[in-house]
Amino acid sequence: MSTDFYYGIEVVLNGLMAGVMYSLVALGFVLIFKASGVFNYAQGVMALFAAQTLVGLQTGQVPFSHLIDAVFGLDVHHFGWTLPTLVAIALSLCMMVLFAILVEKLVLKHLVNQEPIILFMATIGLAYFMEGFGQLMWGSEIKRLDIGIPQGGNLWIENATAGLGGEGFHGFYIDTLDLYATAIAILLVTALVLLSRYTRIGRALRAVADDHQAALSVGISLRTIWVIVWAIAGFVALVAGAMWGAKSGVQFSLSLIALKALPVLMLGGFTSIPGAVVGGLIIGVGEKLFEFLIGAPFLGGATENWFAYMLALVFLVFRPQGLFGERIIERV
Amino acid sequence: MFYREVGEFKTSYRSDGQTFPIALDRHAYYALLGVAFLVVPFLLNDYWVKAIVLPFLIYSIAALGLNILTGYCGQVSLGSGGFMAVGAYSCYKFMTGFDVYLPAEAGEWVRYALPPINVFFSVLLGGVMTALVGILFGLPSLRIKGFYLAVATLAAQFFLVWLFNKWEWAFNYSASGQITAPERAVFGIDVTGPSTSAWATYLFCLVFAVVLALVARNLTRGHLGRSWMAIRDMDIAAEIIGVNPLKAKLTAFGISSFYIGISGALLFAVYLGAAEVGEVFGIQKSFLVLFMVIIGGLGSVLGSFLGAAFMVLLPVALKNLLVGQLGWATDIAAHLDFVIVGALIIVFLILEPHGLAQLWRTIKQKLRLWPFPH
Amino acid sequence: MPPHANRQRMPHGHPLMREAMSMADPAAAAGAPPVPSVPVMELGHITLRFGGVTAIKDISFDILEGEVRAIIGPNGAGKSSMLNVISGFYHPQEGEIRYRGKVRPAMKPYQIARLGVARTFQNIALFKGMSTLDNIMTGRLTHMKSGLFAQAIWKGAAEREEIEQRERAERIIDFLEIQAIRKAPVGSLSYGMQKRVELGRALVSEPSLLLLDEPMAGMNVEEKEDMSRFILDVNDEFGTTIALIEHDMGVVMDISDRVVVMDYGAKIGDGTPDQVRNDQAVIDAYLGVAHE
Repeated sequence: MSTDFYYGIEVVLNGLMAGVMYSLVALGFVLIFKASGVFNYAQGVMALFAAQTLVGLQTGQVPFSHLIDAVFGLDVHHFGWTLPTLVAIALSLCMMVLFAILVEKLVLKHLVNQEPIILFMATIGLAYFMEGFGQLMWGSEIKRLDIGIPQGGNLWIENATAGLGGEGFHGFYIDTLDLYATAIAILLVTALVLLSRYTRIGRALRAVADDHQAALSVGISLRTIWVIVWAIAGFVALVAGAMWGAKSGVQFSLSLIALKALPVLMLGGFTSIPGAVVGGLIIGVGEKLFEFLIGAPFLGGATENWFAYMLALVFLVFRPQGLFGERIIERV
Repeated sequence: MFYREVGEFKTSYRSDGQTFPIALDRHAYYALLGVAFLVVPFLLNDYWVKAIVLPFLIYSIAALGLNILTGYCGQVSLGSGGFMAVGAYSCYKFMTGFDVYLPAEAGEWVRYALPPINVFFSVLLGGVMTALVGILFGLPSLRIKGFYLAVATLAAQFFLVWLFNKWEWAFNYSASGQITAPERAVFGIDVTGPSTSAWATYLFCLVFAVVLALVARNLTRGHLGRSWMAIRDMDIAAEIIGVNPLKAKLTAFGISSFYIGISGALLFAVYLGAAEVGEVFGIQKSFLVLFMVIIGGLGSVLGSFLGAAFMVLLPVALKNLLVGQLGWATDIAAHLDFVIVGALIIVFLILEPHGLAQLWRTIKQKLRLWPFPH
Repeated sequence: MPPHANRQRMPHGHPLMREAMSMADPAAAAGAPPVPSVPVMELGHITLRFGGVTAIKDISFDILEGEVRAIIGPNGAGKSSMLNVISGFYHPQEGEIRYRGKVRPAMKPYQIARLGVARTFQNIALFKGMSTLDNIMTGRLTHMKSGLFAQAIWKGAAEREEIEQRERAERIIDFLEIQAIRKAPVGSLSYGMQKRVELGRALVSEPSLLLLDEPMAGMNVEEKEDMSRFILDVNDEFGTTIALIEHDMGVVMDISDRVVVMDYGAKIGDGTPDQVRNDQAVIDAYLGVAHE
């Protein structure tokens, strides 16, 4: 087999890894949409904010330091202490739960009976708000995030697969971080599926996703459920933000990942957890493969900017509900 | 007491259907137009024009376009930035002589070029090209609705930005990938290029804004506007009573894109002078126009102007206040801008989902009774 | 003898309705003799399935020109689905539909609207973002033809057409006595008023076949009498063929010429109100027996 073929396989494997990362973000969307019918555009910014908080806590940053310095003419940046990673993660999680509570109280509660498009636009507003807020609180420089996961090409795999493609083939280059991310994602999805299926809260979540009125009539508190769901989504955002941040640094572009999750959702359907995973994998592989086979050689490269959307668009035209979504039957 | 409709009885359907049924409104409107065309040009200076008035007029046109698509027809679009790019780049090509390369004998390519077209018509043609592209990207709207459609328009946004980055013919093979507006004049007066006068650029954009606003008003008051609103409110019922959804949606996409394309062309040629597609026409532009429409009021011509004014004035005001008065760093002002815009969007959607336009209508309601409480 | 000659009803039609219809067709308004009984719609062996559920099983019946045909049956019998099949919104998997004798191919709903079929909906499908007047004007959309450029300029052809169509809409508004709410946003109206506006939207398009899905639902006795009067006037003066789904047996027996009874997707009765009232199958499934 030619070297090119093995490069192709490497592209596919890397695509699968990228897909896993996309799925992590898409999961947050699915959770919130299932439980409240709200398409949370702010999910990506939540991931960014969670990662910023994590780094800030780890390194002992002073929140709003830039602003305080400007108003009071001071020059503070850090507290001087640092926190161990696990403590920082726990505190970040608390921050995301607080965020969920505030969002429910200040935003969701007041928009209960509005049409979905209004809710969607409210989450866009929320995204903008959190983006500015996050920058004000933790600063906008790119930060390195280190949560103790090794990075860099995995030597073991490289050595094991060298020689497969003949002379000059160095073996598959797969980032160890990606392997960890895949493992963590699998754990997370399994946990979510088990939670949804076997616990009381999971049952309540499924009831709310199915029919708000019916859920209310059996005594399920919608507001509590929403707080729980947004908190779980916040946790998922934290994991996604930590993974992405460790890989490419905590920076503004992290929030654009949310945009990438949208085609994933279009493919997988907005209400399906396995759909988010499968959709993510398809997009991840599809993007990288297209760029490798057609984009780079013939179109000047950088097709990953738009290919995912085009793929989702074409797919949707033929199957508007996505791979796993429920078939839409119009009733009059 | 001062603002009332007592005595305003309409005796014909024509007078009942006019845009400003109350006489005071009508007079105020004509006065405003008079001031805009005859007085303001003498009062302008470069700073005001550059920082506030030109962007206000140009973005009002874009907001009108997006309002037609999203506010009246209910089709959410996140592709405004990309469509503005189409308008800008088409206008550029027409201004610099639209050329095509056709194969001749012996594998050679021959370049056929149109002469450079007057900037006024180049802008219009830019709008037409954008309308065609808009109709193309609007085709999926027949199968896809709601958020799914929003994501489909994102495909347009990212694809178009990538296209104008890579397609060298579009920026006349310039090394920097930028397009620069050459000096062009209308009736002998410069409106593009480095040596324009404030009032000339102002009047050029004002003419476009006023005419396009009138056309938008007319289109939305008749059967076309009603079929759009029917689709927005209940598309299945609309189809059952006889609205052809294909024609209505594609017309909305086409007209909306025409407006947005003109806005993009004016933004590039008159306001900025030069543009690089990623910076100027990226996704943040799409959101900017969407926010104008939400804050101003979905489904309202006045709202498009109010929203544009708001989104143009806010960063300027913030910068003047925070950086000018308080001496804070510009990036803090930028972050606060995000925070305030985001918070205001949420506040508006909660309190007044119909935006500033509805707020204005409520104020007028109260004015009818003022100074009496009820 | 025309099917509706024996019916008890008001001695004359509403004058404004006559005026409205006379704008379109002077001959009918002058009290021309009723048209012979020609089927407007013939439904042959219609079967409609949604996934695993069969909503309509092998149903055949016809609707004659100028009659009032009621479709009755218990909830879930498939009546609304039947109306949706007639209006072209659902396409049956089996069966044939004939419109005025010709086989009607699967058409889009808006094309069927242009053939002169109008309808109202069980759960009111008014356009909540528009006023009463605008909603009724949407009923004239199939008749409004001015082009894009004419609309953009407005003065001239577009304005003239708008005024002309407004006049027709206003006659319907007068007929239905809803002048006071013409500028009100329909979302703010009461249920009964919304139903009346929806009827207005269906009437204004001057349909030859009018489909009404539970027009009396949720109304009190007076409102029902008003609505019955409107329906009968429309049928009397213009000869509009009407098919309606209704649960109120008193209304059905009073105003309809013939009745179709459905149960669990199948047809269990078809005939005049008297025939159906005494049919054992219908009594068992739906009507029940009066207790002494």
